[in-house]
Amino acid sequence: MSEIASSAAPSLPAVADKLRFYGLWVLAAIALLLLPRIFTSGGSLTTFSLIGISIIFSLSYNILLGQTGLLSFGHAVYYGLGGFLAIHSINIISADKLPIPLPLVPLIGGLTGLLFAALLGWVSTQRSGTVFAMISLGVGELIASSALILRTFFGGEAGVSANRTKLLKLFGWNFGPQIQIYYLVAAWMLIAVIAMYALTRTPLGRMCNAVRDNPERVQFVGYNPHTVRYLAFCFSGFFAGIAGALAAINFEIANSAYLGAVQSGTVLFATYIGGIGFFIGPIVGAIFVTFLSLGLSDLTPVWQLYFGLIFIAVVLFAPGGITGLFMMHRPLLKAGTLARVLPSYLVALVPTLAMIAGLILSIETIVHYTENPSDDPHIKAFGVGFNAASPHIWALAAILLIGGFLVARKSWTWVGRAWDGAASAAREKGIAA
Amino acid sequence: MLELIVISTLNGILFGMLLFLMASGLTVIFSMLGVLNFAHASFYMLGAFFGFQISRWLGFWPALLIAPLLAGAIGAGVERFGLRPVHKNGHVAELLFTFGLAFVIEEVVQIIWGKSPVDFRVPEQLDFPAFTIFSTNYPAYKMFMLLVSVVIFAGLLIVLKKTRIGLIVQAALTHPHMVGHLGHNVGRIFMLVFGVGTALAAVAGVIAGPALVTQSDMAGLLGPILFVVVVVGGLGSLPGAFIASLLIGLIQTFAVSMNGSLAGAFGPLSPGYASTWLADIWGVTIAQIAPIVPYALLVLVLIFRPMGLLGTRDT
Repeated sequence: MSEIASSAAPSLPAVADKLRFYGLWVLAAIALLLLPRIFTSGGSLTTFSLIGISIIFSLSYNILLGQTGLLSFGHAVYYGLGGFLAIHSINIISADKLPIPLPLVPLIGGLTGLLFAALLGWVSTQRSGTVFAMISLGVGELIASSALILRTFFGGEAGVSANRTKLLKLFGWNFGPQIQIYYLVAAWMLIAVIAMYALTRTPLGRMCNAVRDNPERVQFVGYNPHTVRYLAFCFSGFFAGIAGALAAINFEIANSAYLGAVQSGTVLFATYIGGIGFFIGPIVGAIFVTFLSLGLSDLTPVWQLYFGLIFIAVVLFAPGGITGLFMMHRPLLKAGTLARVLPSYLVALVPTLAMIAGLILSIETIVHYTENPSDDPHIKAFGVGFNAASPHIWALAAILLIGGFLVARKSWTWVGRAWDGAASAAREKGIAA
Repeated sequence: MLELIVISTLNGILFGMLLFLMASGLTVIFSMLGVLNFAHASFYMLGAFFGFQISRWLGFWPALLIAPLLAGAIGAGVERFGLRPVHKNGHVAELLFTFGLAFVIEEVVQIIWGKSPVDFRVPEQLDFPAFTIFSTNYPAYKMFMLLVSVVIFAGLLIVLKKTRIGLIVQAALTHPHMVGHLGHNVGRIFMLVFGVGTALAAVAGVIAGPALVTQSDMAGLLGPILFVVVVVGGLGSLPGAFIASLLIGLIQTFAVSMNGSLAGAFGPLSPGYASTWLADIWGVTIAQIAPIVPYALLVLVLIFRPMGLLGTRDT
């Protein structure tokens, strides 16, 4: 009996492991505290706050997509409802002078998300796969369209606004300046990330993975997959509500865009680009996508097109996302055969970059001719100026695009061969690749 | 009242037939490839914009032929070079690929034709009232739309029931694996089905473009309704898709033309709380809630009949 128990339960972690584990979180907390000292400008504080909100939202989405295998197209419903309830409760609290400080408001948003997830989830999680995706889409559209009908509550097109500074003061903070909002977001982010990480370690988290991989087997073990999916859905709604409330506090407004398809699509993009296979993936994705959407919109007017192309490229070539790409190399690193692959990467990178440059050049030239053909053809994209009217540029774009594509295709098969060699060498050393 | 019923029924059937032109392709693609094509409505939009552009250069009638062929070719290309490589990563990756594709197509259309509606007009040969019913002129173009969709519906039925390829498609609707085992070139059939399905959506786009608004958000507006049709009818069931298309077409058309509200029906009973947050629910008219009716129907169907009206198999 004791033999079974000892083989079933993982052994207690060694002190060094524990230290490394807890040290990671402490380090994260210290980094969050120090970030505003290094980047002091108001713009970077806003960016950090947005990233923090996006991290909570993406991680909550990954409870569904990555851990339970539920592809949702309407996750913004819980985010948006959390945001709306947060705004309304700020208004009520400040009107009635209730003794509730602002840092507790995200909890209200979270509970709202939980409540609605509990209400809508039972029906939607009856089945997984495509049917779940369609139901989530339908429910998302239903709520988003209702938001424009129920004007008193959702404020119509303009939304509902609130003043976050009029609440009970805590330690003399009134949460007017962005730095205080940053710390509020950072604290909630750390709590939520730890809680969501802990959730993946619980028996429920493990059963979620089992439901994702083999629901039939889960039934044989004696669990109801529907219940497991429902619970995961509720947790996911809770954390999405927290993220929505923080966003509402950050902008001091909630409008119907919070609930809409664009918001649902963005979180899907962020999570998938980051990588759904690892806990850290959505964090990477949230940081990457937030920087991308803020940075690209300065560089080019058609940044959303690039955004979509990046997403398609990730789905086509790197289904594990950014994190998956890096994690692929771990066995090679362990076996010490990584050096065999790296040169081939460098070789493949040159034609690939050339192809991308050609693509960007063509897109920007076409955009110039379709959007404002009468303007000066000397346009600037990604900080590089060029003449969109010159045939030399067109020829260059075509050569880069087509030549780059042909050479890149050859070089990537070469990378594949180098990869196979390195991976089999790693396998011979007893490291699974 | 009778006038309203007749006109709304005509419009509803018309809208339903247009929906079915798209839903038929979507259902067949789903049944055979197992992937719900998120970008299907985008091909409807591409059809409308191609139709607009070609009808400017060559006139409406060539556009009606060329635009669907063009969109169908793009669709077949998407299947061959986009979906097929993604297939090994599972259905979620395929669904996400079409999702990203829909996003990119909308952006490209915005870049080329702009965000505001384009001036896609009804061809002059059809710009006259077909008949007058209770003092309302019913435009001939709408009758033409109805005719085109009925002809295509009949053609589709004949192809499915009488030809060899139709037999294979029908077999693949119920037993997709068996068809592969029987030695048919499944890859080429998939490409063909995807191309034809997207071309049908594009036909709907070309004929709907002049009557409705041709704008870069038309795919985003219609796409979710299309999924409602397919899910309500039952995933993978063509007759189900037909019934659901007509049902949703009629429901939406009738809802838009009705003005009743709770306040109107139970006005004298007006409860005290009707002036608070519930005022919206109390005062909203049926016409105003028309956009959410399909989604409400979807949720109801999924609660009471999860496999859809005529669906037989689980996904």
